[in-house]
Amino acid sequence: MTGPSLLPLTLDDIRLERDGQWLIDGISLDFEAGPLSVIVGPNGAGKSLLLRLCHGLIDPTSGHVGWAVSRDLPGVQAMVFQKPVLLRRPVLANVEYPLKLRGVPRPKRRARALEALELTGLTAFAERSARVLSGGEQQRLAIARAWVLEPEVLFLDEPTASLDPAATREVERLIRRIHAAGTKIIMTSHRLDQVRWLADEVLLLLRGRVVERAAAGRFFDDPQTREARAFIAGELVI
Amino acid sequence: MNEFVSGIVDAARLIRTLDPALLEIITLSLQVSLSAVAIAALIGLPLGALLAITRFRGRMSLIVAVNTLMGLPPVVVGLLVYLMLSRVGPFGVLGLLFTPYAMIIAQAILVTPIITAVSRQIVADLWQEYREQLHSFRARPRQIAATLLWDGRFRLMTAVLAGFGRAVAEVGAVMIVGGNIEHSTRVLTTAIALETSKGNLSLAIGLGMILIVLSLGVNLVVHLVANAGADE
Repeated sequence: MTGPSLLPLTLDDIRLERDGQWLIDGISLDFEAGPLSVIVGPNGAGKSLLLRLCHGLIDPTSGHVGWAVSRDLPGVQAMVFQKPVLLRRPVLANVEYPLKLRGVPRPKRRARALEALELTGLTAFAERSARVLSGGEQQRLAIARAWVLEPEVLFLDEPTASLDPAATREVERLIRRIHAAGTKIIMTSHRLDQVRWLADEVLLLLRGRVVERAAAGRFFDDPQTREARAFIAGELVI
Repeated sequence: MNEFVSGIVDAARLIRTLDPALLEIITLSLQVSLSAVAIAALIGLPLGALLAITRFRGRMSLIVAVNTLMGLPPVVVGLLVYLMLSRVGPFGVLGLLFTPYAMIIAQAILVTPIITAVSRQIVADLWQEYREQLHSFRARPRQIAATLLWDGRFRLMTAVLAGFGRAVAEVGAVMIVGGNIEHSTRVLTTAIALETSKGNLSLAIGLGMILIVLSLGVNLVVHLVANAGADE
């Protein structure tokens, strides 16, 4: 990572309306460099939409998503989706693809992609068709493909939603390693065990609003709102 | 019935001995239809991708038009190309009428809508799946089109082969603009029509068998390609 920092990411009273409903209903906050931020909340709270708004895939109906520098600078932010979208190409070609889009010369992108496969434990699958991998391997490939861009910020939308416990653990370890290497992680999750293990800070999202934001330890030990207490107790319904 | 059996026997002999007249006709058929499909693919694949991923005024009408043109009657295309290329037509000076070039033009016009329409559908399906991911990578429109065409290559190949099947089997257009001239513009379908009307059934049957083998071959390749693509 070189050049000016992208962070903080500032959301200024963003709202998103679809079919007369306010799915995101006035969120203002900053994401600073550093802590691993996890957005939690029940299904339909707007977690995925919030990530997509931050990443720039959709535009808010009103309000402003602001980065310290242009978000469209190459490689500065990447996103991994809940269900990985893999290209119909071999594993290695999948990882090289985003570098190719950015015009990185072939030898360099090959070396970088191999490094990403090493990190994610997929080296043995390099020449295999990406779409025959198992669910866990596919998600690790999607993470490798995002990581290869050397993003300053990595968004992960429920990265373990459809994985078995062993694959979930591997993906969680990978997320920790990437975070430890200096990448800002902003992810969504609805699994409390995962949040406890990964999060530095927790944001509880309910009906398109952030109802509580706290350091992870404090969020679990001393929740400030009734909603957070209910969520931790597993009683929260919308 | 007797004539039918002797026709098949004669046809088998023509094929076995690689009869020069037969070979000439087969070669020209393949040259004309392969050239026409190559041109149609060069136009139809990018146009299909464009219609699948871009939004512009008149796009829906263009899609409807392309889908309608898929069913163009070959004789009508033949007539239009004839009018264009005849000596009084706008392109008469080129002197292309009754040459293989005229036949290539006519078949390309027949096949381009098929390749365009089918590839638009294929690319649109793929785009649906890839859209968010490619936007996330900040891919530019040209990069998006190239990616979708490449990743859809197996299914697109079946579209192109379907176009070839249509071109090599049609008789109306090449008959009108080619004229079925011996040693010059005679292809499998026009030769079958002619030999049948002359009562020369053995040659007609032989040519018919070859046409069927070609069609089966194309279908076999389509099948193999589709299977190869299923693993991807």
